[in-house]
Amino acid sequence: QKVTVEVLDHLEHLALVDFRDAEGVERLQKAIEFANQLHEVNTEGVEPMDSVLEDRCLYLREDDATEGNCTKELLKNAREKVEEYFVAPPGNIPLPKLEERDTFLQGS
Amino acid sequence: AALTGGLRFQVSAALREGRVTPTELCQRCLSLIKSTRFLNAYITVAEEAARKQAEESEKRYRRGQPLSVLDGIPVAVKDNFNTAGIETTCASNMLKGYISPYNATVVQKLLDQGAVLLGKTNLDEFAMGSGSTDGVFGPVRNPWSYSRQYKEKSIPKSHSDGAESNWVITGGSSGGSAAAVSSFTCFAALGSDTGGSTRNPAAHCGVVGLKPTYGLISRHGLIPLVNSMDVPGILTRCVDDAAIMLGSLAGHDPKDSTTVQDNFKPFELPNLTDVSKLSIGIPKEYHAPGLSSEILALWSKAADLFKNAGAKVIEVSLPHTCYSIVCYHVLCTAEVASNMARFDGLEYGHRSDMKKSTESMYAATRREGFNDVVRGRILSGNYFLLKQNYENYFIKAQKVRRLIANDFVKVFRSGIDILLTPTTLSDAVPYMEFIKEDNRTRSAQDDILTQAANMAGLPAINVPTALSERGLPVGLQFIGRSFQEKQLLTVAKWFEKQVKFPVIQLEEVKRHDHTVLQHQKSASFS
Repeated sequence: QKVTVEVLDHLEHLALVDFRDAEGVERLQKAIEFANQLHEVNTEGVEPMDSVLEDRCLYLREDDATEGNCTKELLKNAREKVEEYFVAPPGNIPLPKLEERDTFLQGS
Repeated sequence: AALTGGLRFQVSAALREGRVTPTELCQRCLSLIKSTRFLNAYITVAEEAARKQAEESEKRYRRGQPLSVLDGIPVAVKDNFNTAGIETTCASNMLKGYISPYNATVVQKLLDQGAVLLGKTNLDEFAMGSGSTDGVFGPVRNPWSYSRQYKEKSIPKSHSDGAESNWVITGGSSGGSAAAVSSFTCFAALGSDTGGSTRNPAAHCGVVGLKPTYGLISRHGLIPLVNSMDVPGILTRCVDDAAIMLGSLAGHDPKDSTTVQDNFKPFELPNLTDVSKLSIGIPKEYHAPGLSSEILALWSKAADLFKNAGAKVIEVSLPHTCYSIVCYHVLCTAEVASNMARFDGLEYGHRSDMKKSTESMYAATRREGFNDVVRGRILSGNYFLLKQNYENYFIKAQKVRRLIANDFVKVFRSGIDILLTPTTLSDAVPYMEFIKEDNRTRSAQDDILTQAANMAGLPAINVPTALSERGLPVGLQFIGRSFQEKQLLTVAKWFEKQVKFPVIQLEEVKRHDHTVLQHQKSASFS
């Protein structure tokens, strides 16, 4: 069962990572086939396991600020900034549709 | 002799007695790093900072006030741990030029105890891989490729380029750290272990590789791959040194809520003489397809060693072992999809010049920053997390995870103290052969013996055991009960003493000159 172009396109949107070429798409196909082996296992009545530490209480601490005030340090690693802001290009503009995007999937 | 010595007996004692100074030790390691540059084990060498630390350490020794047994000891750290003021790249274009603003907790602990941080070691990009071949700075070469032991056994294609074309991989993803310890450029190194990334290269490079219990050592500052399985790993030349490192690093960290709050007490390993009260389990499923007959024989020999010494050696079953790789594949890619989402170019790391929109900038940044392996895992992970797939893949895998973890619980409950298994399917393969298969296939094959311990969160250790027919290291793995590192390491130390793994005889290759730098006999204490 091949993954449809719609799903591939959807994944590129969600991940904001591109398949790049046929090999990339094939890689996903193979990954899915590989994962399908899971369905051989009988998991009737088995609870999903999130963490091996599930029997312990998660550590909580007091809501007191113990460190911070490191704005300058943190801004050092950003490429585009203005005063104490990280600068991003305009938001709320969705990634172009498949037909208008520079993606390998266009040809499919 | 001091250069090859372990922390416990030779080097530490030498420092305390003034037979060698921290600055001398530091300088020797830095020189060795330079002359073994062809191994490509280090991404960044923090020369100046290391020298300063060594000087400070020397002052402390002169006053007779070393901070700890680690004071003045040169160490290396895998390049996926944050190190303040030092570039941390994860061997990826995404983080080239990223200077960490803070130290990972484990790094801070080492520095607080006076250890000298020599530099950051090479790895597979974002720790994804089992060869340390897929990083942006190129592959790491296994020091044993240049050992007399390997050269004696190999048939070079031509007289001059024997090692050049024949060199073998370190395994991965903590290959740089393993190579650094194996080639004597440091006394201990930090790696990380999510599917076997510390134990696998330890086996191939002939060093001790410890994966602690999940929750014992802080992950704060370790750039995450799979939050529910990652642990910092410890690489050393002997088990006693691993125990010392563990003692310095373990314990609750308020900055990592997944560290347990139990009071951890550092321990010294007893010299076990009587193993008659031990119950060693041999899981039959670890006789996996592809296991070399050589390693199978070695495993069997090891089991006999315990039996003849009076221990109970029992065959056990971990029936879901064969599913651990598939389970890991789904859970890993799912967590990776989430963890890699933070790399968008806005606050740190690579940023694309694309300015049209936030989303297109993110997409371009990630397109430029990640290699195929990383991108592949992100996309697969997102697929398994899609609404229509969530139940069938992600939740399903979580259920299988419980089955795998329960297999271990049952076995340990039945009276088994420690499990003995192979660490890898074979000795290290030549790089040229390794790259013929893609990363996922390789990882799936190579992780099969190590992965389940991560699934279940259990402590596990690779102990170098013997040399293969090709003159390369082969290690065996011990898996212990949760938080029972003392027992695990005690047994490992006993085994290490019995097998007397040979010291690597490294021939340093200088340009027109082959100079044999024969290191002294004993690596540690036996």
